[in-house]
Amino acid sequence: MSVLEMREVVKDYRLRNGLRSTRLRAVDHVSFELKPGRTIALVGQSGSGKSTIAKLLMQLERPTAGSILVDGEPMRYHGAGAAAYRKAVQMVFQDPFGSLNPYHTIAHHLARPVKLHHPDFTREQVADRVLELLHRVRLDEDFASRKPHELSGGQRQRVAIARALAPEPAILVADEPVSMLDVSIRLGVLNLLAALQREENLGVLYITHDLATARHFSDEIMVLYRGAVVERGPADDVILNPQHEYTQLLAEAAPAPERRLAELGP
Amino acid sequence: MAITTEGAVQAATAAPARRRLPPMTLKLAVGLTIAGVIILFGVVGPLLVGNPSTVRDIGLTGPGNGFVLGTTQTGQDVFAQLAHATRGSLIIGVVVGALTLLLSSFFGIVGAFVGGWADEAFSLFTNIMLVIPGLPLVILISSYVPNKSIWLVAAVLAITSWAGSARVLRGFTLSVRSRDYVLAARISGEKRWRILLVEILPNLIPLLASQVVFAVIFAILGEAGLSFLGLGASGSFTWGTMLFYAQNGLALRLGAWWWFAPPGLAIALFGAALSLINFSIDEIINPKLRSQTRAERNKWSVKA
Repeated sequence: MSVLEMREVVKDYRLRNGLRSTRLRAVDHVSFELKPGRTIALVGQSGSGKSTIAKLLMQLERPTAGSILVDGEPMRYHGAGAAAYRKAVQMVFQDPFGSLNPYHTIAHHLARPVKLHHPDFTREQVADRVLELLHRVRLDEDFASRKPHELSGGQRQRVAIARALAPEPAILVADEPVSMLDVSIRLGVLNLLAALQREENLGVLYITHDLATARHFSDEIMVLYRGAVVERGPADDVILNPQHEYTQLLAEAAPAPERRLAELGP
Repeated sequence: MAITTEGAVQAATAAPARRRLPPMTLKLAVGLTIAGVIILFGVVGPLLVGNPSTVRDIGLTGPGNGFVLGTTQTGQDVFAQLAHATRGSLIIGVVVGALTLLLSSFFGIVGAFVGGWADEAFSLFTNIMLVIPGLPLVILISSYVPNKSIWLVAAVLAITSWAGSARVLRGFTLSVRSRDYVLAARISGEKRWRILLVEILPNLIPLLASQVVFAVIFAILGEAGLSFLGLGASGSFTWGTMLFYAQNGLALRLGAWWWFAPPGLAIALFGAALSLINFSIDEIINPKLRSQTRAERNKWSVKA
């Protein structure tokens, strides 16, 4: 499995208000293709449907219409097909403080996906793999015996990335992986993701509302507005030459010292 | 591209070993000691004393004269009665605690985890059980059943007391089940029962532990109340029946403190001991709950 494709996917939510119910279209005919080694950034404001797309890809929600194709075949929700899909597509959550179970050690978080995807591994093999995963995200071995509350936000997010890498996925969905982190450690985590992507030839869907990191980090940018893709293209084109008015608004909102200085004038 | 490893600095300090048992604080030590002494007395005591129902023609006598805690109006050995009563009350407490734990976790946790119609049905049933008043139900049952065993009383107390805990557990389970780490477990392909038992249940342990401990206290107090009203188990000794007979024998008016004080003190001490243990359990399982006393806070303040 290598190529993940969303084709004309629609997701509606029914909002119940007493006896009346209204329909909210969270995702509106979105199509794109994720390939290994490529990074697509999905940019949009809160409520534009970014996270719903992540949930659809992670099988936490089902599309109302349209289809999600894996190497041209429709996605399976049950049985061996679903297990193979979970091995191939993994996710890094937004909030590193909520995505690790406070009761369990870091080793448990990393060992479970390893055991699930390699039931034949012995205890020693699983332990070795856990240490190897910690190395991959540049954490020391003694983190294995620690509990999440002893770690900082950046360290937790590295553990979350290691957990997502445990099944050796081909595709990684990163749902605002740095938005809950301190500005000072964001670059570290993003660089780590970029390095891992190159090492493992991952296809990454980078969901963000930050145009600057999207441009820095991805090959292609898709701008989402009210559930629909309003603009897409190579990262530099979208940022430097925005066509849609919403993208122009986003680009203008980013701080640009040169423009500001020019405005102030001599 | 430089990769910053902010983890490396902290990793230099050795990771503390995983702590599973509570640190021996004064609270826990006192609680364990009192509860241990009472439980030991309840287990061993009845083997060492004579028949608590033997009637002697010495009447009401104070402590001493061969009877550690004196005798009742009919010359029965109060110490022997206390030993059997402790065993009876502890049995009630343990049985009700276990039944309450089973019922409340089944209806509270499983319903909330499965969701949908199961949740609706379980929650409706819990609410119905919640509004059934315990005392009138017990009075009703006791008027129909002439010979109530200690087990029947325990069952009635359990049936009327699990619903409150179930509601609390349901609320907490609903909140835990939608956390990101549960979603992450689903994404990695964990089985549903495993998510419930390994990812969700451990986070409920502090809640369950405190509920069991309070269910035990509630059961012992409830049984004492029922027995005091004359609705308790017939033909068995508990702290409540001792108080009932002491009240009937006008112990207070006759100044026979050795008759009513021991069972009353036993109830108070055992309740206090279980509460102390309960607080200590909370502190280990959830470090965030660890109470910050003033002395503790002062340690944190910067002494420049």
